Amino acid sequence: MCRIGAIKSLNYIHPSQALLLMQSQQKGHDNSGFAMVMQDLGGIFEGYKHLPTLSLACTDEGLKLAEDMLHAAGFQRVLQWVPETNPQPGLDIIAMPNYVFETFDYPKHYKKATDQEKEDLLLDMRLKLRTALEEDEMGFVYSFWPDVVTLKEIGDPRDIGTYFNLWEPDTKFTARVITAQCRQNTNYDIVRYAAHPFFLQGYTALANGENTFYQKNKEMQRKLHRGYIGFESDSQCFLYTLHYVHRQLKWPLSYYKHVVTPLPFETIEKRDDAQQLLAIRQSLSHLEINGPNTIIGVLPDGTLFTCCDAKKLRPIVVGRSADTVAFSSEVCGINEILPDRDWETDIYPHEREIVVIGNDLEVQRWKQ
Amino acid sequence: METMKIHDVTPNDLPWKIRYDASRCTLCGSCTAACSFRAIAPKVERRRMVFSEGDFPEPKQRFSAVPVIRQVNSVTNYCRGCGICEKVCPNDAIAPVRNVDTRHPLVVRCLAGDSIKRGGRKNLEATVRTLDKLRVGRISQMTDPSLDAQRHTFDLLSPFGRILPAGKLPLKVNAEGKLVPDGQAPPVRWIYPVIIGDMSIGALSWRMWEGVAMATAYLNEECGLPVRMCSGEGGVPVRLLKSRFLKYMILQIASGHFGWNRIVKAMPHMVEDPAGVLIKIGQGAKPGDGGLLMAQKVAEHIQAIRGVPKADLLSPPNHQGLYSIEESVQKMFLSFNAAFKFRVPVAIKVAASSTSVSVFNNLVRDPYNIVGGFFVDGIDGGTGAAHEVSLDHTGHPIVSKLRDCYLAAVAQGRQGQIPLWAGGGLGRTGDLAADAFKMICLGASGVFTGRLILQMAGCVGNDMGRCNACNTGLCPAGITTQEPALAHRLDPEKVAQNIVNYFLAMDQEFKKLMAPIGNSALPVGRSDALVSTDRGVAERLQIQYVC
Ligand code: SF4
Ligand code: SF4
Repeated sequence: MCRIGAIKSLNYIHPSQALLLMQSQQKGHDNSGFAMVMQDLGGIFEGYKHLPTLSLACTDEGLKLAEDMLHAAGFQRVLQWVPETNPQPGLDIIAMPNYVFETFDYPKHYKKATDQEKEDLLLDMRLKLRTALEEDEMGFVYSFWPDVVTLKEIGDPRDIGTYFNLWEPDTKFTARVITAQCRQNTNYDIVRYAAHPFFLQGYTALANGENTFYQKNKEMQRKLHRGYIGFESDSQCFLYTLHYVHRQLKWPLSYYKHVVTPLPFETIEKRDDAQQLLAIRQSLSHLEINGPNTIIGVLPDGTLFTCCDAKKLRPIVVGRSADTVAFSSEVCGINEILPDRDWETDIYPHEREIVVIGNDLEVQRWKQ
Repeated sequence: METMKIHDVTPNDLPWKIRYDASRCTLCGSCTAACSFRAIAPKVERRRMVFSEGDFPEPKQRFSAVPVIRQVNSVTNYCRGCGICEKVCPNDAIAPVRNVDTRHPLVVRCLAGDSIKRGGRKNLEATVRTLDKLRVGRISQMTDPSLDAQRHTFDLLSPFGRILPAGKLPLKVNAEGKLVPDGQAPPVRWIYPVIIGDMSIGALSWRMWEGVAMATAYLNEECGLPVRMCSGEGGVPVRLLKSRFLKYMILQIASGHFGWNRIVKAMPHMVEDPAGVLIKIGQGAKPGDGGLLMAQKVAEHIQAIRGVPKADLLSPPNHQGLYSIEESVQKMFLSFNAAFKFRVPVAIKVAASSTSVSVFNNLVRDPYNIVGGFFVDGIDGGTGAAHEVSLDHTGHPIVSKLRDCYLAAVAQGRQGQIPLWAGGGLGRTGDLAADAFKMICLGASGVFTGRLILQMAGCVGNDMGRCNACNTGLCPAGITTQEPALAHRLDPEKVAQNIVNYFLAMDQEFKKLMAPIGNSALPVGRSDALVSTDRGVAERLQIQYVC
């Protein structure tokens, strides 16, 4: 079973915090991998917030191919960070030869482009890279987006931490929002892409559970947007629906919940906004989810939220201190990183709400 | 010796033979009175009897005239095997027996020079049904828990009406960050996923129709199941049109336009909108044929509702002036949508055919978004009256056709925009919940059923040639007849009760199917929940093959 976690802080935090958050829940996951998305970056990336960073795990050929393609497309590299690895014998990790985080400036002819055009370019570029590197598993392109880095690896999270020196806090590699998960997708084939969190155009989602409407979601999403690909995991559907509702349809986040877990018809009928809710339920019935789930999501502006299935079949806890909020499948994770918090203020969200953390760390509970 | 007359019709030419035991018969006359087809009659036979009266055997013989019951040797009044005589006989003295050597299909054609007509259903195939080769095989275990059919709530509703893609919904975000309406969307009704199929008030006896209507109202008002009933072609009693119960009715219009005059005239007096309008293009049991109501069934009240004299009522196989799909879209839908001021969803019903997908594609791409449902009717459906040759030899099975339509929608990213409703022989084994559920997993929003409703009411017909005399107006169960004496055999209250109980049982069974796959909403298109034990079926329907 998955365990998921997220930290959002006013200060830049190091991924060791995410490892700690997940480590104490290790009985609940199977120690088969570690994946995290860091957003709102500090440290060496802080000065490049507006420029896209490529997160890539690859072979030597893969790296060359990717860099050539980016160069050919007009991207100019402004920063490269290759994490120092620590390949001790006996570590449980199936590492790729190279891990690179490279920040690029946009092609010259994009200087005057709109945000939308730039965002489309970044997505198309990532999709192209992904396809090109798929051959012989030359590499895995996890994200190519401003102010975001992604790391996904197969193995024991503790050893992955050791391998990348992530247990040692430093100020070079930090972020204000980190989402993390410690399990490979054991339901389907073990592929690096299948590990959550999933990321698309500023949106991140990760989930603990099983989406039994996977096939319905997948069949629908495939035709909705060119970025909705892969489907290596049933949880990717949560991300694509989030992206679709919030970015494509431009509906407020509160409607995400109405799409994935619509209210029962009986309840809808009694509401003032019955007409809208019915219309949403009708038109997006193929994006409805079923089965036990807890979802954590991040929006492009750094807003962090969580919600769960309509029957609350999977747990999540929200704990907070003055400068940090943490989400965790199990409370022990939060105890680990926020030991001095007032645990009486912990929130155990229920099935009909979204808990939303804005950039000022104010915690809002939206009733569906 | 008299020359044998080979051309005389005798019971061994007929589909059923009567087994009669004179020694048990008390000549009460119940069977002959009850046989609506007059297929048995009392007759006097000359019998020889040997007897002895003295103290010692002294055989004598005596001839006497004995009254007995005999089968009528006729191709018009022949035994249909309905079993009513057996039902009423207090002494178990009489019963029909299937005659495997029947020459009936030949004899009738030779004698009458006319095609054979009958009602009921296709009688040819007795193979295993496709639906019985499917199982709900994706059971929630461990990672995702099954639900509890008793404790959890389930949303068992399906849409009837045109559904817009989310991006086209007339919604906008207001200053408070809420979505608010911004224009009009096509009407959509959320109804129970089983529609009581279109059986006309001419085809059914008024008592049967009343029983079905009563059941529909009861299911809605007392049981909380929003079940809709389709009127069938041929109109609706004016009293119902003007009542609040109209909201539970889907009004049907077919090529004969029977009854629409009254409906249009009643419009200003309607206190409720009907649940929908269903334009019938074709019927699965006899595709390519129009409706057929034999004169014997055109009783006075039918003449009044339809505004016709007592005569055979034939609907043409085609809607007049409708030569292309585009035309159907423009003319019919627009006119019927407009008739109720775009407040009532309008759907179309077609017979399943090799071409169904192209028709569906055209409708789904129609830019006016006015087709609110695609009802596909398969070959195994029933009918009140049809030519036997159509009934047995024309048509297309429903399962793969429904799947094809759904997958065509998926390929265009338009699944759900025109809800698919499937019918035609569903529930043939008596288990409609299972059939409906499987069709839903294959992509149907819901199903419609007609014949099964008759069976709930007491129809004694079956797929192996039993009865199927719905066209004659002599229905022994009082269901498809307008003969007062026959109709009175049927108790409308009991009909309603049976239908209500069946729906309640089915509702439970739906939940028992949804719970193990862990779904609280209808799994429309969730074909991953199904597996098939037949490789061909699995491949054709794109589901998992298991063995
Ligand atoms: S089985 Fe039916 S049709 Fe045949 S004799 Fe008996 S009552 Fe008449
Ligand atoms: S019992 Fe009536 S409805 Fe049933 S097959 Fe016979 S005639 Fe038709």
